[in-house]
Amino acid sequence: MIQPLLIEKIVSGSAMQNILSVQSLTKKFDDFTAVNDISFNVEAGSIFAFLGPNGAGKSTTIKMLTTVLRPTSGEISINGFNALKEQDRARASFGIVFQDHSLDDELTAYENIVYHAVIYKVPKKERSERIRKALEIVGLWDRREDYVKKYSGGMKRRLEIARALVHYPKILFLDEPTVGLDPQTRNAIWNHIRSLNKERGMTIFLTTHYMEEAEAIADQIAIIDHGKIIESGTVEEIKNRTETESLEEAFLKLTGRDIRDDNVPGNKMRTIRGMRRRTRR
Amino acid sequence: MTEVIYILWLRQLQHYWRSKARLLGSLGQPLLFLVTFGFGFGPMYARASGGGNYMDFLAPGIVSMSILFTAVFSGLEVIWDRQFGFLKETLVAPISRTEIMIGKTLGGASIAMIQGLIVLSLTYVLGFRIPSLASLGLGLVFMFLIAVFFTGLGLTIASKMKDMHGFQLIMNFLIMPIFFLSGALFPLENLPPAIYFISRIDPLTYGVDGLRGAIAGMSVFGIYNDLAIIGSLSILVCAIGAVLFSRIEA
Ligand SMILES: Nc1ncnc2c1ncn2[C@@H]1O[C@H](COP(=O)(O)OP(=O)(O)O)[C@@H](O)[C@H]1O
Ligand SMILES: [Mg+2]
Repeated sequence: MIQPLLIEKIVSGSAMQNILSVQSLTKKFDDFTAVNDISFNVEAGSIFAFLGPNGAGKSTTIKMLTTVLRPTSGEISINGFNALKEQDRARASFGIVFQDHSLDDELTAYENIVYHAVIYKVPKKERSERIRKALEIVGLWDRREDYVKKYSGGMKRRLEIARALVHYPKILFLDEPTVGLDPQTRNAIWNHIRSLNKERGMTIFLTTHYMEEAEAIADQIAIIDHGKIIESGTVEEIKNRTETESLEEAFLKLTGRDIRDDNVPGNKMRTIRGMRRRTRR
Repeated sequence: MTEVIYILWLRQLQHYWRSKARLLGSLGQPLLFLVTFGFGFGPMYARASGGGNYMDFLAPGIVSMSILFTAVFSGLEVIWDRQFGFLKETLVAPISRTEIMIGKTLGGASIAMIQGLIVLSLTYVLGFRIPSLASLGLGLVFMFLIAVFFTGLGLTIASKMKDMHGFQLIMNFLIMPIFFLSGALFPLENLPPAIYFISRIDPLTYGVDGLRGAIAGMSVFGIYNDLAIIGSLSILVCAIGAVLFSRIEA
């Protein structure tokens, strides 16, 4: 039986256009506000880049969107499901590559991916083929029987990305996926992500410090600083509004040139005067 | 559903088999207890009980002890998963929190059972004999219930802990008293009222008593009472664990 609400969604179409919809999302850690009343929408099938200096609140936002952290207040709808109340159905809609480590070092690379494929209910018939493909994309197929503890940092990162590619979520969150990877690997990964986006209509939600990556790949951009969204739109719109030539210049103009430390509790920001802030390379 | 539980279970057994040091290390303590207590208190026990064999009394206690510690540790492993970041991977998956609880409980309980069986065979070497296959079967049921209860307890505690800082606290003020006041080492008779009371609310008391009744023919409360108590406590702790797991943040 089709529920009346569902019919309404199908008929009007508008409710499903935004695969992700966030309203007045706020997260407080004790009395420190990491994410401060942000609202935005992400269109189904688009590539959305969420940019901001260290400590701006990007990861905290992603953790709330992916049910890992409970918001202090606000509403999140993913793929039409309320991420706070219909957690299981929301979870079935997304995949995520976290910013920090999330592998089991005591298992082999292959075992890590199989574990993932099973808990994400990838059909048995397709499993080995998809795993092989994902590991080949990141160049780890030949090292699949190695224990993860023997992997280098870059290899671990590639494995985490491969893992997120074995189930085909509606929306894929990538929190600084390419940090520490060489240009060849970054290129291969972005090409694959772009093809997933084009061929499967998979929505991509990413954060990165490489402005040229964001500029090249993103349809829509939001810039967050001190827990507030300070600018959003297409790359062109942002460049026009800030009267700059590149996204990097626009970013620096909007967020200032001071260097930030992330993860400094209490008050998160330290400024080092007179030094030019550069994106991490 | 079943495959998800299987893969969670499998991961824990893979961890267990691969760390041979942990496997061997955790046999040291039961062996030490069996030998020192067994031979040290044997003569005293024989005098006090009018000719009883202390090894018959002690063996079920030490088997329970090894299950208790292995099970609690397996449950608490979730704290390591949290610290190393792997817990997130499981928690964001579209699987029910009850499945996670069941998979992890069965994984930890299986390891504790294996450990208990190894210790049980050590007691055989030291002269302990189980009267019949039927009593061995009943004994395995009790071993499994002890394993399930304490893995569930470990998981429940772990779901509330952010890091390993509280570990010593839990060992010294919860697990050690549970062990020493369970009647695993000495009969719970002629105790001061406070100690007596604690021993009666200690879940392991009923596990040890049931196991001892099953494989050594000595029970204070009656095997079926023990079975009912430790069985319902196991279900209760797993239910509480599942609820707490549904609120957990990584
Ligand atoms: N668990 C936490 N407890 C306290 N403060 C936190 C916690 N997690 C993040 N923060 C703080 O929230 C702010 C935003 O962090 P984060 O979202 O990780 O930033 P970003 O990903 O944009 O670099 C930082 O100042 C950080 O120190
Ligand atoms: Mg971050």
